[in-house]
Amino acid sequence: MAGIPHDHYEPKTGIEKWLHSRLPIVSLIYDTIMIPTPKNLNWWWIWGIVLAFCLGLQIVTGIVLVMHYTPHVDLAFASVEHIMRDVNGGYAIRYMHANGASLFFLAVYIHIFRGLYYGSYKAPREVTWIVGMVIYLMMMGTAFMGYVLPWGQMSFWGATVITGLFGAIPGVGPAIQDWLLGGPAVDNATLNRFFSLHYLLPFVIAALVAVHIWAFHTTGNNNPAGVEVRRGSKAEAQKDTLPFWPYFVVKDLVALALVVTIFFAVVGFMPNYLGHPDNYIEANPLSTPAHIVPEWYFLPFYAILRAFTADVWAVILVNKITFGIVDAKFFGVIAMFGAIIAMALAPWLDTSKVRSGQFRPMFKWWFWLLAIDFVVLMWVGAMPTDGIYPYISLIGATYWFAYFFVILPLLGIIEKPLPMPATVEEDFNNHYGNPAE
Amino acid sequence: MKKLLISAVSALVLGAGSAFAAGSEGHIEDIAFSFEGPFGRYDQQQLRRGFQVYREVCAGCHGLKFVPIRSLADEGGPQMNPDWVRAFAAELDEAIDKDTGEPRPRKETDMFPTRQGEGMGPDLSLMAKARAGFHGPYGTGINQLVRGIGGPEYISAILTGFSGEEKEEAGSFFYENHAFPGGWIAMSPPLSEDLVEYEDGTPATVEQMAEDVSAFLMWTAEPKLMGRKNMGFTAVMLLGLLTVLLYLSNKRLWAPYKGKKA
Repeated sequence: MAGIPHDHYEPKTGIEKWLHSRLPIVSLIYDTIMIPTPKNLNWWWIWGIVLAFCLGLQIVTGIVLVMHYTPHVDLAFASVEHIMRDVNGGYAIRYMHANGASLFFLAVYIHIFRGLYYGSYKAPREVTWIVGMVIYLMMMGTAFMGYVLPWGQMSFWGATVITGLFGAIPGVGPAIQDWLLGGPAVDNATLNRFFSLHYLLPFVIAALVAVHIWAFHTTGNNNPAGVEVRRGSKAEAQKDTLPFWPYFVVKDLVALALVVTIFFAVVGFMPNYLGHPDNYIEANPLSTPAHIVPEWYFLPFYAILRAFTADVWAVILVNKITFGIVDAKFFGVIAMFGAIIAMALAPWLDTSKVRSGQFRPMFKWWFWLLAIDFVVLMWVGAMPTDGIYPYISLIGATYWFAYFFVILPLLGIIEKPLPMPATVEEDFNNHYGNPAE
Repeated sequence: MKKLLISAVSALVLGAGSAFAAGSEGHIEDIAFSFEGPFGRYDQQQLRRGFQVYREVCAGCHGLKFVPIRSLADEGGPQMNPDWVRAFAAELDEAIDKDTGEPRPRKETDMFPTRQGEGMGPDLSLMAKARAGFHGPYGTGINQLVRGIGGPEYISAILTGFSGEEKEEAGSFFYENHAFPGGWIAMSPPLSEDLVEYEDGTPATVEQMAEDVSAFLMWTAEPKLMGRKNMGFTAVMLLGLLTVLLYLSNKRLWAPYKGKKA
């Protein structure tokens, strides 16, 4: 499957040959597990396995929760309390599922930023990157709909605010919003369709994960040095790589075990830390919470949504040009989705020939500024919309777009890269020493 | 490895911040409850005292509609005698039978009664988890890592936060309360010195009653807290051991490929 030359599965016994000529499944598994992997991968490369774990955890705990949950506006909140009080181990399952979503997003953000730093999105890995972005979007949809299911105050009002975004689309917006909600407001029809889709999407994500893996198994992994594995011969490739099993499986498991240890400390000792207290109040359409705040993993993009208020000159300009069709609210919606699209376009916006940020002296600074920007946006997304906060949001949002649309294209032209190792082997030996010496 | 830890922890810290928006909240004192921390346990005597305060004072206006009466006898809770619980349930307001739609005497398998309508307060089943006492610094919620989220502290602060001032607005009375957001609350001061007579002889000061009933409400909100902490401890110990073993395996596995670091 992979372009890197390596040993393939050879059926030996009679039964193996029989199966192989009918369904080469053992061969597929063998080639997947034994794929040559650049031996210089560092610890930032472990989040993929954490993400796979999260998907499995969410599906398994989710399936158990569904056995006891009732998707009805009058019964949903009480059924969650039933899970917490009367179902054997129900509290553990539910807290794992709720905090599992947080771990999932923590992992995906580190995974994405790793890709941004080491240029994993660059040719020939654009398809891996795009599929990853689609997975990320689906994760956001799934998490958002899942948060509605316990039918607390934040569930209800979060759903009202976010589906309201679609209502901001000029002309067809209100019709789309009605269609999404199954009525004029968030109600039983909304809860039921969100439940249905929340159950469906993880399986679509699982399929896309297979495509994601297929794509990077075709191109081979990127690596911290950003130089390609040598493919001239098997012997040459073996100098740069080690098989995924056992070397990277065991390494990934070390990291996964540590992450899961911390995860269980959160589940066991502070399971509500990342949640919002208002979601322990049953949904009440007649009482709006003082602050409607999304879950932490949505906050950076929520901040971008709110950053473009009607008094920002860009908003005024666009409003004038479009004869008032694009108002501040719609502008915000475009900005929020645009922020993710900008990320997805990175392979074509980045003009630098050098993949790894390690060898890009100017890029490094801008990258870390982007990481800080992300954290600042996350913080300001939870703050009220008065005082200094709107300015911070606006600066943060502007930098986000500037990074992708201005800085990435320009850096490739003006930056002078540092000397790079010629091969993965050389990079590995620079870091870990040469075993021959 | 260190970087991983730092990134994981910092993301948690930052994440939490998000969940708690800043607001004009009153001042909440931290209380060292017995159930806090990784090894926290409910104090059975305190839960019983708090239950007494609830049923003699709070229950007039506040329901516990998500709490099954039978759970009073559960291990880890107030653990009242099951016969007592049965008799207690029968004395409560009648329940509406699910099948017949008719009122009938309440049973221990029913929930506590709800309180709704004019002059009644919000349900207290989950109040200790539905409020956060601590939000700082700068609305990040990071101090919750040290103090806990502060729901029970919030309840206790409300009960002891009355200044004695009251005002009338549009025919309703409001009472000044330093812990309540906005400073004025519709609930009149519910506690006064020696309002209840504790069966275990503890002096019933306002602070004592406030603390006890807050602990009881933490139990109604999170009855499985001790089981959860036990699970967390076991999981962390076993997974920690697994991490060490995997780390050593990984080191040995890679050793032939790594030289002495230059």
